Amino acid sequence: MTLTGALDVGMPVPPDERVIDVRDLRMRYGTRDVLDGVSFTARRGEVLALLGPNGAGKTTTIEILEGFRMRSAGEVSVLGVDPATAGERWRARIGVVLQSWRDHGKWRVRELLKHLGTYYAPYSTDRIRRPWPVDDLLDVVGLTELGGQRVMRLSGGQRRRLDVAIGIVGRPELLFLDEPTVGFDPAARREFHDLVHRLTDVDDTTILLTTHDLDEAEKLADRIVILGQGRIIADGSADELSRRVAGETEIRWTRDGQRFVHSAVDATPFVRQLFLQYGEGIDDLEVRRNSLEDTYMKLVLESEGEAR
Amino acid sequence: MMTPLRAGVARGGIELRQTLTNGIDLFTYLFPALLLLGTIFFMRDAHVPGTTFSLGASTLPSILGMGLAFGGLMTVSQQLVVEREDGTLLRAKATPNGMSSYLIGKAVVVGGMTLVSLLIQLVPGLLLVGSGLHVSASGWLMLAWLVPLAFLSTMPIGAVLGSIFENPRNMGLIILPIFGLVAISGIFYPITAMPGWLQGVAQLFPMYWLGLGMRSVFLPDSLAAVELTHSWRHLETFGVLAFWAVLGLALAPWILRRMARRESGSAVAARRERAIATMGR
Repeated sequence: MTLTGALDVGMPVPPDERVIDVRDLRMRYGTRDVLDGVSFTARRGEVLALLGPNGAGKTTTIEILEGFRMRSAGEVSVLGVDPATAGERWRARIGVVLQSWRDHGKWRVRELLKHLGTYYAPYSTDRIRRPWPVDDLLDVVGLTELGGQRVMRLSGGQRRRLDVAIGIVGRPELLFLDEPTVGFDPAARREFHDLVHRLTDVDDTTILLTTHDLDEAEKLADRIVILGQGRIIADGSADELSRRVAGETEIRWTRDGQRFVHSAVDATPFVRQLFLQYGEGIDDLEVRRNSLEDTYMKLVLESEGEAR
Repeated sequence: MMTPLRAGVARGGIELRQTLTNGIDLFTYLFPALLLLGTIFFMRDAHVPGTTFSLGASTLPSILGMGLAFGGLMTVSQQLVVEREDGTLLRAKATPNGMSSYLIGKAVVVGGMTLVSLLIQLVPGLLLVGSGLHVSASGWLMLAWLVPLAFLSTMPIGAVLGSIFENPRNMGLIILPIFGLVAISGIFYPITAMPGWLQGVAQLFPMYWLGLGMRSVFLPDSLAAVELTHSWRHLETFGVLAFWAVLGLALAPWILRRMARRESGSAVAARRERAIATMGR
């Protein structure tokens, strides 16, 4: 099965709503095509997850959109501007959460956020007040108590939250998150997800994130774009993607205290039959369509099969 | 626009204050000062060849000149290499006007650090070898142009060096030639004792001229007699330093831009991987 024909279906995004508009993006290193005709859009307020195996071109794509890397060919528009030639005003509307290591170690948390905020002040508008006030920001990322701490003394998770705070200090209209929750414990991950929801719901921020955590992608993303071998192999909501991939649905239930598991291509008639047969005897019914992980694995394997 | 300048100065100020409030940085201020003062102390009874002037007293200004060159060349290049590896520069790139402010901040912090080191060496140094050193009105005037010109002639070159070398573990390639320059530039030992061709080489670089300039500020004019051509050569000092300033200011923006263009998350990640791999060994 090929998905290429299905890609243009889905809702067309009106041009003025397109925060990211990528058309036929190509990137070539020597004779190797890292990106081979990538096209997708993101609309205002949308959370878009970019998935794909290592080497599929995720990082290259995101770095081109961030304006950190030149492309070989194709059209790219981010907030209506070509990142390759965009100026400081454009930069002020973009947030990038970088994977920090040990930079600014001697700075204190509050001092660093306050200082970095001043760079955005000239770009404040009536609609978006820049920068984000430091106290509110510390509160949002849960670092209020650590405001006076030196950055080098933060734990890994705290540092990551500081990275996020730095990424959003300028109240970006578009935020790039490259593998944001690597190294987070489950509680920190949950808090981070809440923060992302807050950003999109309250501030209408558009977010492009890459991740290897499919569960995270499913929870956060309105839309998922899967890259494989430098091409887009799927584009849609988690639900749409799983519908597109032929797969079996898992049905679990109990009857007379005994557990049953069954896989069916079409779950609805099966469940109907089940109730006709046993009625009240059925308990704890669960119907699970392909998980995003199943869908993802199928799509990636398929695209690799085609390439060979 | 004023903002990059103001943000850069603020940045430099914060970082300078940080160097004065943590142990490691204070040690890097004090340790060289102690070594140099020790050197001067043991030279105090020796005399500049052919005179009765204390060798220690004549070495102190040379050391101050060397400090100016070190600050501009070594501190700038070192910080640039390290902060490129740890992602500070990438963060600057991700911030509006971040790169210009970063560079202005670097100039402020390195300039400040160099002046602090200078004072830490000068004040106790004067107590040790005080007699004979004094700064006249024209000496102050000279300092007023020599110190800024020292920064202008060395910092851009330091930035260029720091942009060329990607790996902090290759810093030796920058440091060794600079120490070589110290050896031949008449800082600890009169340049007149060097073979002619080495004198020629030394006079091509700022190090010699900064030492000479500082000697002309602090030493009595009679000591110009032991210098090359028996003069302080202010005009030549200005000329050579200005040449390096122009060269550096012409090269640095281009090379810095080229370096900055290559910065990206994956470039920093790759360096981090490499650094962690090397540390493990």
